[in-house]
Amino acid sequence: MVRDVAFGQYFPGNSIIHRLDPRAKNLIFIAFVVIIFCAFNYVSLGITAAFTLLFLILSRIPAKFYFKSMKVILFIVLITSLFNIFYGTGDVIWQWWIFKVTWNGIHRAVFVTVRIICLILASSCLTFTTSPTELTNAIEWMMKPLSVIHFPVHEISMMMSLALRFIPTLMEETDKLIAAQKSRGADMESGNVFKRAKALIPILVPLFVSAFRRAYDIATAMECRCYRGGAGRTSMKTLSFSARDAAAFILTAITICGVILCNIFVTSVI
Amino acid sequence: MSGILELKNLGFVYSQGTPFEKRAVSDVSLSINKGELIGIIGHTGSGKSTLVQMLNGLIKPTEGEVLLNGKNIWDEPKKIRSVRFKVGMVFQYPEYQLFEETVYKDIAFGAANMGKSGDELDQAVKSAAEFAGIKPELLQKSPFDLSGGEKRRAAIAGVIAMNPEVLILDEPTAGLDPMGREVLLSRIVHYHKEKNNTVLLVSHSMEDVARFADRIMVLDDSRLVMFGKTKEVFSVPDKLEKIGLRVPQVTKLTQLLRQRGYDIPEGILTVDEAFSEITAFLKKEGKIW
Repeated sequence: MVRDVAFGQYFPGNSIIHRLDPRAKNLIFIAFVVIIFCAFNYVSLGITAAFTLLFLILSRIPAKFYFKSMKVILFIVLITSLFNIFYGTGDVIWQWWIFKVTWNGIHRAVFVTVRIICLILASSCLTFTTSPTELTNAIEWMMKPLSVIHFPVHEISMMMSLALRFIPTLMEETDKLIAAQKSRGADMESGNVFKRAKALIPILVPLFVSAFRRAYDIATAMECRCYRGGAGRTSMKTLSFSARDAAAFILTAITICGVILCNIFVTSVI
Repeated sequence: MSGILELKNLGFVYSQGTPFEKRAVSDVSLSINKGELIGIIGHTGSGKSTLVQMLNGLIKPTEGEVLLNGKNIWDEPKKIRSVRFKVGMVFQYPEYQLFEETVYKDIAFGAANMGKSGDELDQAVKSAAEFAGIKPELLQKSPFDLSGGEKRRAAIAGVIAMNPEVLILDEPTAGLDPMGREVLLSRIVHYHKEKNNTVLLVSHSMEDVARFADRIMVLDDSRLVMFGKTKEVFSVPDKLEKIGLRVPQVTKLTQLLRQRGYDIPEGILTVDEAFSEITAFLKKEGKIW
């Protein structure tokens, strides 16, 4: 069924990662994305990989969910690393027709693979341990400086949280519609591309109709509760940084320093 | 005699082998005869919906088998679509599945998927619309312009048009006003009598089930706890109340009267029955004449 997608799901829990401030998690994630692309040799790559692993272990989410989240992109990883093997420069160690394998290419392939896998694992760790509401609160906080240039920060984050809120609902609805149309003999498993695309109409039309209906309903419900946008609005749960978050920041800073030092003292391989 | 539908030790577990594993149906065995109207009652989450979805092959059972006319429906998984034409399924709130430009086209969707066309299709659509009480002038309208009750009946007509041997309705009257309920139920009963088809009615309303069903299945916590004649099932109110269900109000009333010593027969299921029995009793006592 549609619901079996692990990537982007939230698993409620009480681990130390779950309890980190969502803003801290977001900032650390951004820092992590930067450092993973700043690692140019195996030592610094190892440091970032170890950093990722530490977060995964501390999140106390069963490993199989992380594997499941990788399944979707495994194919992309394979293709990109395969290309990288043949795109290296330097001494050719094996050649067939126009395909040249170089040490440089192999290093590149390893780096690309590790980087993408770490990225996926880290973003899974973020979404597994942070509820959609927390996530949008954090994003709203991070976008706040933009309100100086009259960017509608609150409205955008409200739209985001509403959209996130409706993903599971719409998935459930899709499951129901598929079952209902299958009961009327809709055939979604066979035929060519065009036939299959056409078979989606009986699902998509009612899905859109109900999405609009729900949107109107929620707009009415919000108006009934006198919702009037972000001006002067306070939050029910005020986010606050704690010692935990400070520790996480310090750990991230140490990792960044480690990666930079390794880049200076160890020769780059790519 | 073997029935049209036979269930043998049927069971289903959601997400088997994962931490989200959840048992929905366990060890259900029974036989349903042709032409019966069966009521299915049970609490929310008792496994009713899962059970009926196994009957038309939407869900593959994890244990046991479903026999349709003596043949396991999963013998040939490639032909599962033909099972869905024989066992028509109307879901809860079926009006949300309407999608075509006109009511006519929407009703024709299932029948056309079966391979019907031309006059045969036209005939199927028109007779289904008539059974569901959709007036001919509505057929060329957009399904989104109909009223709530009409939409629901149009969606049901879309399943009837496939002329299924077994018709399953999951909570067909949920969310309708009393008038809409009456119209819909009388249409279903009329269809059942006319075609002599087998009908399975999942419902939360004991009154509806009591009025129309020949036999009743009672599900509780994934198990089939009772399956018998309507009167028999409703004659054990204690057992039903223990699992959070109840008997029809009028049945309860006559039972209370009997407990107080009034000589009124057991197993009264409808207001009409109660009325004639109570007047008969009063006449006998010489209270009215």
